Amino acid sequence: MGPLVPDLIGNELNFVVAILIGIAFGFILEQAGFSTSKKLVGLFYGYDFTVLRVFFTAGITAMIGVVALGHFGLLDLSLIYVNPTFLWSALVGGLIMGLGFVIGGFCPGTSVCAAAIGKIDAMIFVVGGFLGVFIFAEGYPWFETLYKAEDWGNVTLFDTLGTSQGIFAFGMTFMAVGAFWFTTWVEKKVNGKENPELQPKKLYLGLGLTLFVLGIATIFMPERRTELLADAATAVSNQKMDVTTIDELAFRLLDKDPKLQIVDLRNATEFQKFSLPNSTNMTLEELFGKDASKILSIKNKHIVFVADNEVDEKKAAYIVEELGYRNFSILEGGLSFFKKEILEYKPAGEPKTRQEIDTHKFRQRAVKELPALIQNAKKGAAPKKKSTRVIGGC
Amino acid sequence: MNETKYMNPYLAGFFLGLLLLVTIFITGRGLGASGATKSGVVAAVSSVAPAHAADSKFYSEYLKEHDDSPLKNWLVFEVIGVIMGAFISGLVSNRLSLTLEKIPTVSSKTRIITALIGGALFGLGSQLGRGCTSGSALSGMAVLSTGGIITMMAIFGGAYAFAWFFRKLWLYPGGK
Repeated sequence: MGPLVPDLIGNELNFVVAILIGIAFGFILEQAGFSTSKKLVGLFYGYDFTVLRVFFTAGITAMIGVVALGHFGLLDLSLIYVNPTFLWSALVGGLIMGLGFVIGGFCPGTSVCAAAIGKIDAMIFVVGGFLGVFIFAEGYPWFETLYKAEDWGNVTLFDTLGTSQGIFAFGMTFMAVGAFWFTTWVEKKVNGKENPELQPKKLYLGLGLTLFVLGIATIFMPERRTELLADAATAVSNQKMDVTTIDELAFRLLDKDPKLQIVDLRNATEFQKFSLPNSTNMTLEELFGKDASKILSIKNKHIVFVADNEVDEKKAAYIVEELGYRNFSILEGGLSFFKKEILEYKPAGEPKTRQEIDTHKFRQRAVKELPALIQNAKKGAAPKKKSTRVIGGC
Repeated sequence: MNETKYMNPYLAGFFLGLLLLVTIFITGRGLGASGATKSGVVAAVSSVAPAHAADSKFYSEYLKEHDDSPLKNWLVFEVIGVIMGAFISGLVSNRLSLTLEKIPTVSSKTRIITALIGGALFGLGSQLGRGCTSGSALSGMAVLSTGGIITMMAIFGGAYAFAWFFRKLWLYPGGK
């Protein structure tokens, strides 16, 4: 599951990746014609809309890709970098950049490309960029209020507008296609002739159609996570599942079985108050994330889901089974049963059969030894490590 | 030798979008450019005037967040790649030449000054906008960041709003 950094690709290797991605980035920008200011500013005078076409096609492609990867559970969207929103700073900064665009004829990325192929004006623009950042740095106390005002956090536009991600992405695609059509029309008016290269070719129509179908699929097929969570609620009653009995769990805890991994599904406050050794706290939602997949996919561990009652445990087991994991079971009767019969064990009457006598003996031992184990585990427990969002941005 | 034609813009956009998607999938972050400029400025100031860098809030905040050298930054490496990639592209398409590009009615001096001012405005604006056209607008659009999309609209909206005042820099009678 993505992102691959920092687990699959270490931080040092990431710099090599950065250079490779940069090479592809520079190559594409230059091939698209972003290395000449005349083509770039053409956008603002109506004679050449190349920038808009490249920019929006790229934005839409990546956006649909991100939505789709998240949808099919291949990319943990809670870990990717979402540029933070500081309303006024974003607006004012954007306007200043717009002004810089029509005066200088470049933006930072394109100026680097143009400078690389020998454009002197672009080299000067790059120098200007350093100067601009320096001015900001020196004047930072003066800019700081504006810079930090109206902090909305790492919000996404579909959150802000309250629509679903798929529908929003779909709307953006429509807007972009509309803009492509409109600007081609404007370009024709301004230049007095049609650009033969922009006549739709079969290849591009095909690509466009593929993306369109993918977009439709994303909207109308419920997201895997939502679907599974909904199914889990209805599927629990008639599902047969591997059950770990309370005595078995108690035995494995006393035995300090290294293969045992408990996943505790209760909320964080309850987990703080009381938790078993070798357990990690996770909500049903979090089972879909990258952190969960790290724990669930450890080969030689056996996962036991615990919650207050069996229903929540069964939901988790259902989801995890659908996600393709195998080595797990649920705790018989839930934690409440475990507490009552093991941790607060009181014999109901005189044990009669052989089995009852064994159980009685074992539980008497467990009630003596387990509390200390639980106490120790709590003291020695490492604070929960959670993957955090990648820090990105400029 | 003639320089070869530019790529079809939609195809180029599609490739750029795929690259951005791959970047997000691998690294969890998007593309960028102005961040490298920021690293460069911080590195320069903190080595030329370390006392000043330690005093000033901007540099000290940056240095505190990045415990390594400010140049050991993902975007710095990425931009080094951009220079290499653009150079290779210029080489294969016969577009390498040392020129000051401008329209005939604009003097070289004017072009140099406007390029410098434009660059400075972009550098300043990209700090407020927390990224430039690549880092904030394009990458922000890919992850549907509200701030990124606001910045994007402000960049293009602003450019359109100011374009008329600077038309003499780019348009001249009988050509462009």
